[in-house]
Amino acid sequence: MGYTEQKNGDRYLKLSGLEPLVVTPESNFVNVGERTNVAGSKRFLRLIKEEKFEEALDIAREQVEAGAQILDVNMDDGLLDGVKAMVQFLNLIVSEPDIARVPIMIDSSKWEIIEAGLQVVQGKCVVNSISLKEGEEEFIEHAKLIRRYGAAVIVMAFDEVGQADTYERRIEISKRSYDILVDQVGFPPEDIIFDLNVFPVATGMDEHKLNALDFIRATAWVKENLPYCSVSGGVSNVSFSFRGNNPVREAMHSVFLYHAIKAGMNMGIVNPSMLEVYDDIPKDLLEHVEDVILNRREDATERLLDFAESVVGKAKENKVDLSWREEPLQNRITRALVKGIDQYVVEDVEEARLSVAAPIQVIEGHLMTGMNVVGDLFQSGKMFLPQVVKSARVMKKAVAYLLPFIEEEKLKNPLPEGEESAAGKILMATVKGDVHDIGKNIVSVVLACNNYEIVDLGVMVPPEKIINVAKEEKVDIIGLSGLITPSLDEMVFLAKEMERQNFTVPLLIGGATTSKAHTAVKIDPQYKNAVVHVNDASRAVTVVGDLLQKESASNYKESIKMDYAEFRESFLKRGRRREYIKLEDARANKYQVDWEKSQIIKPNKLGIQLIENMDLRELVPFIDWSPFFRSWELHGRYPNILEDEVVGQQAKELFADAKVMLKKILDENLFQAKGIFGLFPANTVNDDDIELTHNGEKTYFRTLRQQSKKYKDRPNLALADFIAPKDSGITDYVGCFCVSAGFGSDELANSYRDNLDDYNSILVKALADRFAEAFAEYLHLEVRKVHWGYASEEALDNEELIKEEYKGIRPAPGYPACPDHLEKLTIWELLQVEEKIGVQLTDSLAMWPAASVSGYYFGNEEARYFGLGKIKEDQVADFAARKDIPLEEASKWLAPNIADD
Amino acid sequence: MVLDGAMGTMIQRHKFTEEDFRGERFKDWPSPLQGNNDLLSLTQPDTIADIHRQYFAAGADIVETNTFSSTTIGMADYGMQELVYDLNYESAKLAKEVAAEFNAKEPHKPRFVAGSIGPTTKTASMSPDVNDPGFRAISFDQLRAAYKQQVEALLDGGCDILLVETVFDTLNAKAALFAIEEVKEERNLGVPIMVSGTITDASGRTLSGQTAEAFLISISHIPMLSVGLNCALGASQLVPHLEVLCAKSEHAVSAHPNAGLPNAFGEYDETPEQMASQIKEYAEKKLVNIVGGCCGTTPEHIKAMVDIVKDYSPRQIQTLIPIS
Repeated sequence: MGYTEQKNGDRYLKLSGLEPLVVTPESNFVNVGERTNVAGSKRFLRLIKEEKFEEALDIAREQVEAGAQILDVNMDDGLLDGVKAMVQFLNLIVSEPDIARVPIMIDSSKWEIIEAGLQVVQGKCVVNSISLKEGEEEFIEHAKLIRRYGAAVIVMAFDEVGQADTYERRIEISKRSYDILVDQVGFPPEDIIFDLNVFPVATGMDEHKLNALDFIRATAWVKENLPYCSVSGGVSNVSFSFRGNNPVREAMHSVFLYHAIKAGMNMGIVNPSMLEVYDDIPKDLLEHVEDVILNRREDATERLLDFAESVVGKAKENKVDLSWREEPLQNRITRALVKGIDQYVVEDVEEARLSVAAPIQVIEGHLMTGMNVVGDLFQSGKMFLPQVVKSARVMKKAVAYLLPFIEEEKLKNPLPEGEESAAGKILMATVKGDVHDIGKNIVSVVLACNNYEIVDLGVMVPPEKIINVAKEEKVDIIGLSGLITPSLDEMVFLAKEMERQNFTVPLLIGGATTSKAHTAVKIDPQYKNAVVHVNDASRAVTVVGDLLQKESASNYKESIKMDYAEFRESFLKRGRRREYIKLEDARANKYQVDWEKSQIIKPNKLGIQLIENMDLRELVPFIDWSPFFRSWELHGRYPNILEDEVVGQQAKELFADAKVMLKKILDENLFQAKGIFGLFPANTVNDDDIELTHNGEKTYFRTLRQQSKKYKDRPNLALADFIAPKDSGITDYVGCFCVSAGFGSDELANSYRDNLDDYNSILVKALADRFAEAFAEYLHLEVRKVHWGYASEEALDNEELIKEEYKGIRPAPGYPACPDHLEKLTIWELLQVEEKIGVQLTDSLAMWPAASVSGYYFGNEEARYFGLGKIKEDQVADFAARKDIPLEEASKWLAPNIADD
Repeated sequence: MVLDGAMGTMIQRHKFTEEDFRGERFKDWPSPLQGNNDLLSLTQPDTIADIHRQYFAAGADIVETNTFSSTTIGMADYGMQELVYDLNYESAKLAKEVAAEFNAKEPHKPRFVAGSIGPTTKTASMSPDVNDPGFRAISFDQLRAAYKQQVEALLDGGCDILLVETVFDTLNAKAALFAIEEVKEERNLGVPIMVSGTITDASGRTLSGQTAEAFLISISHIPMLSVGLNCALGASQLVPHLEVLCAKSEHAVSAHPNAGLPNAFGEYDETPEQMASQIKEYAEKKLVNIVGGCCGTTPEHIKAMVDIVKDYSPRQIQTLIPIS
């Protein structure tokens, strides 16, 4: 390899994140990810406003994972400090190697935001955008600076007169901009990207007829006459007048891109889920759309409008229109599965059964054909999780109808030994000590939809049972799920056990507390065979498919093994850079409340109070619906999610189903909610312990302190810092609580499940969780306003409550500020939780029923949520001594938080 | 072309004490000064001049000024921010004087002085606080201002070239290059710029996570004399990354590696002969245009390199097609 391969230097657009992006004439269309744009994504705007940066980063990550080659970041919103938001978000992005590998497009109409962005990104970015709008002087000045910061630039076809909206104006402005940039500023032409303004067509106005064609022609002109530059644009604009009619919009986008790319457009913002494959556009629709885009007929717009109505009409009528019942059998079965209609499925399946030699062929043939369509639609983002779960309901109903016939057939013609009809058998279990199973059930359902046989062992499954069943059933894959941190150790244990017993089947790991990092570092090394972390249902299908693909599975497993080994190595390397300080030094750097000035209010009522029968109706206004949608993998904030362009329709349907279920639960009193809480005089003693007094007896909450080395002036926090120390002479107060809305929920969920209705079963569990959280929110408010009364003036609406805009916190043991689950035992003993309200703790200290919430109350104004991070052995030993438990026991419970070295 | 070797390694040989570092001028300075190598340009100028002399005598074409840490950011550790101008100016002048001696003696072999611009002690695109990844200990503007001061003084002192080296965070380098461009514009100068990045470990990336090619792309907006790699790795470990630069760069390519990887005591123990044999591979593959040494290298190493490369022609440089 040497210089000679490259002839005389190539003037290509070259960008960089952590990795290079070189755009050559041979490159495919460069897709710019645009969901990290507050102007374009309501969800992103909300996350930035609420400073939920983790979730905002997830959006960026999803984009990169979905194939965005450049990430557009825009913070232009009237209510945001754009400079601050841009800097903050870009700083966070560059700390995430899996996002930062792609170049950034800094998108703003304000120069100060662009410049602030350019100052924090090391790679070669794209500035989006500059133009001649404010005249040559400013244009030149900005271009010079962009050059000096080392970025490429998007130039909008805009000048002092206005935005270019004709072919002539587009080429006039492009030419002028190009000449100024190249000749006067010395800007490299390959670093110039023209945005030639994509405008809507078929608006009904004559002057818009040429909008698409002019863009395409101008693109060709620019590529021919302005050497080395690129052309970009936002594609979805073109179909603006067909909002609400996605089939037409998708076709318009594809047709537009097809012609624009041919003309030389090589970059742009395209929503992949709003794109039809050009060749798959029905001929009649294609003709109508092409007539409009290329302005081929005088009446093109009218014709497409008429035609579009028929496309919409069809879609609207589906719900009541039973004409599909006239279609051939396979079409009917497929439709029933795709639409989740179970009304006619038994009838259709019976018809299918009579048409084939053996009943099993209905499953393998008719039903699988339909489920494959469901699977493909789901994979390509055209169906959403709740729909898939409804499809599964139809499938189950069909299979249940067929089973007796299949059994009968088996008796007549026994299958040869070892022949299995399903694509593979998968064991699913929530590990010992853990009771959470919504996610696991969803993954099970989706896998079942894809023709895998699921052996679901339920919750709190001991390892020996998993091992035994796996052997007996000869499963092909074992899937483990868990939500609380002690479950992580259970998973490690199971991996060891599988290794010891010479298992070879792949192990899947999932659940809220799991991560690729934990899987790679702690689980993968214990088991010689494949271990894969899978955190959502759609990925589960691909991963399982790859693992069980006969031809390529061994390669895939090998690559997974290597991927995890590499990940582990780089993760551990990163870990080495972390620095920790001694516990005593961390204590010396504690958070200092000025106790002289701090306002401490004595609770109106000290001691323990019981709520034996909470009226569920009172809790309804406190429900935070956003997590409910999230549990169905519909992302977005309630209520905006109902209007979301992508998932809105689905969210509406799910919400309507939830409302029906909610009413049923309320009307028939199907859940019971109970709670208990206490407020006590308390002081911090020995730095990290909170000593409280109840009925003359002393109880201690043992808190943990951050031990990572802090940058100057940043304290090492522990929850104890928010309670006045004993030597201050001030009496302070602390509280704790447990609420549950889960009584009755399992019975109800199981009754649906037994009726083959996973959809409603999962719905019930998700609602129970929402009720428990609502109860915790409600009780916290009551405590603040009435029982403790430190915020009797508080008047916040539910929105503000969800945003936690109130004073004081209610951290829960097992969560970031106090990850130690053992503290639950202290709360249980103090409040007599199990005796009084019946919420039990499992071996792993998960609460049972699962729809329960427990925690502490801290009332101080300065109290805030934080993450403990990792701690060192000295604190573990100190903690064990304080709690008077063996070191090994403390180490076991705190394991996820102990720094490795 | 051959660059010089390590300054620090040569200074260590003198085993200077706290008093030596202070000299007469700083004998009452409030904070300890031992270890502030750049200060020796003011307090032990003869020694520094002698080190430059030894490298020129060994055959180096370019020596670097003793200013690796001479920014307000680097000097803050010693409370010497006020001295930044003096340090850079005097160091540059010192090196230029030695170069003039040689140019007078051997006019057929011109000698040059490159102003050494180090990475500073802070990073603009990484957080020092693992719990707060969005935090930055220094901003682009602070870096730019600090670098600008250094650049102005280096140029006033007479440097022929500016060398932005040991780049472990490309954003820091971009701030330095931004400052250089500002000074060039203000003074209407065309001073040549060399940039040299640092691949920190076997991952093949800079500390801030970029691959060699991404690093190259990120700084290519500046007209450069050369781009290359130095420090962290020895000559043989640098080869794959130099191959990338060699293939992709439109500029000259430089390399000044360490004398191998540090041993268990943190010392560099590749001998001049060992290192020279690696440099021979560079020359045979025509990977580079400029070689030199970083940590652990001495005039003997440079001499060995000079002896090897004199028989080879350098890498050919591709140029851009002019726009018609």
